[in-house]
Amino acid sequence: MPKTHITMKVNGSEVEGLAEPRTLLVHFLREQAQLTGTHIGCETSHCGACTIDIDGMSVKSCTMLAVQANGAEITTIEGMANADGTLSPLQEGFRMMHGLQCGFCTPGMIIRAHRLLKENPSPTEAEIRAGISGNICRCTGYQNIVKAIQYAAAKINGVEFQEAAE
Amino acid sequence: MNDMTPTREQREAALEGMGCRRKRVEDIRFTQGKGNYVDDVKLPGMLHGDFVRSPHAHARVKAIHTEEALKVPGVLAVITAETLKTVNLAWMPTLAGDVQMVLADGKVLFQNQEVAFVVATDRYAADDGVSKVVVEYEPLPVLVDPFKAMDPDAPVLREDLAGKTVGAHGPRKHHNHIFEWSVGDKELTDAAFKKAEVTIKEMISYHRTHPSPLETCQCVCAFDKIKGELTIWGTFQAPHVIRTVVSLIAKIPEQKIHVIAPDIGGGFGNKVGAYPGYICAAVASIVTGKPVKWVEDRIENLTATAFARDYHMTTEIAATKDGKVTGLRVHVLADHGGFDACADPSKWPAGFFNIVTGSYDFPVAHLSVDGVYTNKAPGGVAYRCSFRVTEAAYCIERAMDILAQKLGMDPAELRLKNFVKPEQFPYHSALGWEYDSGDYHTAMRKMMEAVDYAGLRKEQAEKRAAFKRGETREIMGIGVSFFTEIVGAGPSKNCDILGIAMFDSCEIRLHPTGAGIARMGTKSQGQGHETTWAQIIASEIGIPADNIMVEEGNTDTAPYGLGTYGSRSTPVAGAAIAMAARKIKAKAQMIAAYKLEVHEDDLEWDIDGFRVKGLPEKVMSMKDICWAAYNSVPPGMEPGLEAVSYYDPPNMTYPFGAYLCVMDIDVDTGVYKVRRFYALDDCGTRINPMIIEGQIHGGLTEAFAIAMGQEIRYDSEGNVVTGSFMDFFMPTAVETPHWETDFTVTPSPHHPIGAKGVGESPNVGGVPAFSNAVNDAFAFLGATHIQMPHDYWRNWQAAKNLGVVA
Repeated sequence: MPKTHITMKVNGSEVEGLAEPRTLLVHFLREQAQLTGTHIGCETSHCGACTIDIDGMSVKSCTMLAVQANGAEITTIEGMANADGTLSPLQEGFRMMHGLQCGFCTPGMIIRAHRLLKENPSPTEAEIRAGISGNICRCTGYQNIVKAIQYAAAKINGVEFQEAAE
Repeated sequence: MNDMTPTREQREAALEGMGCRRKRVEDIRFTQGKGNYVDDVKLPGMLHGDFVRSPHAHARVKAIHTEEALKVPGVLAVITAETLKTVNLAWMPTLAGDVQMVLADGKVLFQNQEVAFVVATDRYAADDGVSKVVVEYEPLPVLVDPFKAMDPDAPVLREDLAGKTVGAHGPRKHHNHIFEWSVGDKELTDAAFKKAEVTIKEMISYHRTHPSPLETCQCVCAFDKIKGELTIWGTFQAPHVIRTVVSLIAKIPEQKIHVIAPDIGGGFGNKVGAYPGYICAAVASIVTGKPVKWVEDRIENLTATAFARDYHMTTEIAATKDGKVTGLRVHVLADHGGFDACADPSKWPAGFFNIVTGSYDFPVAHLSVDGVYTNKAPGGVAYRCSFRVTEAAYCIERAMDILAQKLGMDPAELRLKNFVKPEQFPYHSALGWEYDSGDYHTAMRKMMEAVDYAGLRKEQAEKRAAFKRGETREIMGIGVSFFTEIVGAGPSKNCDILGIAMFDSCEIRLHPTGAGIARMGTKSQGQGHETTWAQIIASEIGIPADNIMVEEGNTDTAPYGLGTYGSRSTPVAGAAIAMAARKIKAKAQMIAAYKLEVHEDDLEWDIDGFRVKGLPEKVMSMKDICWAAYNSVPPGMEPGLEAVSYYDPPNMTYPFGAYLCVMDIDVDTGVYKVRRFYALDDCGTRINPMIIEGQIHGGLTEAFAIAMGQEIRYDSEGNVVTGSFMDFFMPTAVETPHWETDFTVTPSPHHPIGAKGVGESPNVGGVPAFSNAVNDAFAFLGATHIQMPHDYWRNWQAAKNLGVVA
């Protein structure tokens, strides 16, 4: 099958490569760009494990073609840490609030939460739950993921995080 | 002592030992996308394999044409049963003593069964190849309903078993019969029913569902022809067992097989067994001489690898008029699909279903289970469950509610009246188990107080009256569940897998600087073992948890263990850790005595080292003992500080809990809302409360999914109609209720640290709580038992059947 030359900016670096018209973006990122932090859980856009940030939007990369991302600016989980290599508020929040167990949904969940907090810096619990409803987690029951996002929101907003009582 | 000397509390806290809400060490890599899962493994020249699968549930395979597929660019080989026969691998043994086709051999027995394996240079080419393989099928009559499996004219599914009147677990009554297993005293039980003042009888079904971890099953197999060695990276909950099984069936010496289970994206029982994909990838690597990767997609996962449950339980309780139970009689019809690939300890064809007497003091009981073949996928794994305990807990907890309804008693009161009493432990159940410890009354009363149970019942009575007056269309259900689990498989006297006793192991090796590594026979799939195992060691030998690295999953370096499933890691491997640590501590004491120039008996343990009795200033820390172990041990002693323990538990452990669900259901739409869910768990000693709560949240969410809609359903032709996340209920953050957790602590008397295991409890206790809430909501309208799953449509159907909606 003929291949197309594509380029994109991923986590601040130029990435280029050849892709078949049918190559899925998630495969391009995982196989060619060697960024295996983005996972595949269902191939049908339901689970959100493959969520990445493209040009300011959360996108499920298992149902987008690599050629459609030609020229795009992309952030994956590998681009989420602070510039000095320390954990960003969301990453720290997931760890502090026990917002992950097997870790398989975590990259997609953090990337989605990152965009959610850009869109709505101080979301309510209901807004967080709706905002991450495109991402399935099989381990945590979401409760601590909600807390992790609240923790990050507080830290980003420079206010003290108050954990809600059970 | 100056001000800089840490206090006892500070020294204790610095260890981050048992009881500490220690943050997880795994999270550093997982939150940065630096986990290493199987699909992340990439080897030079690696090929990809993909399956041709059957569209039919039952058909003869007349011919497989591979010529066109082999012309597809990138396709290197197409493996069929004929290929596998040359290496005697067309069939493989199952954990349940049956055999299973690796690739269709003459016929197919379920939809999406593996028919051929296409090997190509990348996953797209493999998929192209799959689409070009032409298979000629002759459809056969399909058997979907397990209740028709043993009809005289039922189609013959397993032609390979023709004439075999005895299976792995005794006589077979019919060509689709697998086994009959019975426990208990039938005569005494029948007698109890004859003289019973009150009896109930109900067929309680636990539908077929699927563990469906977010990462599917997958592997990479790399055969080195020069060395004759096979390396397998795979999603394995039990890597050592996989190595032994591969060695036995592929005839490769066990030392030349290297099994590596890297990070695993959830298991929940799905990743215990061996699947055709593993065998085919291994054979493909041997044939091509290149590494071969196989990655299952979600539809394949849901439809072909290891379902759970599918138990149909006819349940009877005998009781006195005032609500004292006098007998339990259960018959189970177990649907195993096309092959019996149930993952249980080998001698237990129905797992530990004989825990079905639950938390109640039944004087007599009898249980029988019939396993049958149908045209469905094989499996029967313990989906966050200790071998059919979930089915048993659902059975008895639903039945107790049905009895309460018949007696006009409150379901919580009925339970309190029949609980095994604290002074009865160790308690011998009518079906053969010895419960180690428990205090059920305290747990139940704590739950009732926490939720204001009496207040809830009062509110419910008012709402029911309002409904009858036509003032509301909403009904309120209160679901009570009190479960007793049996976990920690298990003692070698009754548990083995293919002849290997179900012990588990730990090797601890301490380094000169006061750090160390612990290697384990278990394998985390998200449970956080790297964090919690180090906490046990920290408390036992006073080395900070941060200084202990935990390693699992590599069969070359880890001591042999039976893996992680059935909530067995803490009860079995957790004990091995403590025992290995205690061996180290004993040697450390000898070294300390030598260095401090006192007798060993003059030393006492003090948080992180030894001190001389009566001389609190004369101490030697474990850190210093580690150093001494490598340069100045007593004469005659071997240097070094390490130990291995293989722990064969004397008994199972019996965690328990009291759960309550409050639910409101709109009868006109069937839409429900979980208003409140409270879960009290007693898992004995608590190692890391943060992780325990996380396990409870996750298990309750799975229980919610199963009870309220998560089902693998087949149509009459054997087509799976819930084969993707579109149809298979997978709750999101929006549907998932808020969870309240609580606990009591009743340590296990036989476990070195008193821990019982907790991972599965919320799934076991959660499902009956949800289902009892739905049934309780409809009870005042005349319902006695409504089958799961309770989705909106079925709730609406229930309301219709009861005549409250037109």
